[in-house]
Amino acid sequence: MAAFLRIKGFFNKLFGKKRSRVGIYGPPNAGKTTLANRIVRDVTGEALGPASEIPHETRRARRKEGVEISAGSGSKLMIDIVDTPGVTTKIDYHEFLEYGMDQDEAVARAREATEGVAEAMHWLREDIDGVIYVLDSTQDPFMHVNIMMIGIIESRKLPVIIVANKIDLPDAAPQRIKSAFPQHPVVEISGLEGNNMDALYAKIAEVFR
Amino acid sequence: MIQGVQLDMLSADRLSKMTSYEKIRLILDDVHQGCVVVLERGLTPEEQGKLLEATMMEIAPGGFSGIEIETYPSFGGNEKGLFGKIFKKGDTSRMMVIGPVDQLKMLSREKDRLIAWASAAQ
Repeated sequence: MAAFLRIKGFFNKLFGKKRSRVGIYGPPNAGKTTLANRIVRDVTGEALGPASEIPHETRRARRKEGVEISAGSGSKLMIDIVDTPGVTTKIDYHEFLEYGMDQDEAVARAREATEGVAEAMHWLREDIDGVIYVLDSTQDPFMHVNIMMIGIIESRKLPVIIVANKIDLPDAAPQRIKSAFPQHPVVEISGLEGNNMDALYAKIAEVFR
Repeated sequence: MIQGVQLDMLSADRLSKMTSYEKIRLILDDVHQGCVVVLERGLTPEEQGKLLEATMMEIAPGGFSGIEIETYPSFGGNEKGLFGKIFKKGDTSRMMVIGPVDQLKMLSREKDRLIAWASAAQ
């Protein structure tokens, strides 16, 4: 197997195979940007973008090129990470007023958020080679947006890792996510606390190679 | 005048004769008018993605806020689980309910049963 990987690596270098572009997808407030920041910080010491408790903080896809993921076994994988806006079927600016924004700010955020969701879907259709699908372990994984997104990812035959995030919270129930997605690898983590990131890196190196 | 919600129930036969774009346009036009659309044969994952993109383009702060969309979930009893059941070959066309988010609320999803609440447009 090791010999095969060395030969594959040689030919990839020889023929200039592009790096896999891995999109971080999921519903709003699942912890996508926190996870993207954790991965990029672990590797480069930088952050990819701001995270906040207000939904739709990320309203533009952000890409970090050349992130080298090291698995515990010594294997390494170079990927591009794309942090995407949260996917939803509805955006109401009144939701943002509850976080203390004035009406103009809330309306502007809603407009940008709708463009962000469309942009995330465009990336998925055109420019993504693999998906890390992030779910909040304290929330119902059976929401239709998750069913729909996993269906789209499967129909495009993209490799996917499901991340059961926020396992540091007392209400976390990652087992529900595992039972909902038995056909895909599920890794339990806390992006905020950095729990179990080594298991995620090992899975990334395995699935997106 | 009778107050209520219009249900537009589209047969699988009618849907099979429509292109993806025609289906999405019909759904969004109905939803904009305050209708709840029931599809006997649901949209494919690709069509759902296109519907999502089209919905986002049409959201207007203070006006249209988006859609509620739901299909039957299925719990347990299958080694492929919920998503394997919903998206396995031949089973991608389960009945689908789509409505304006400010008028249609999903109350619960049970095995083989969706419970929704619909209100008339304000």
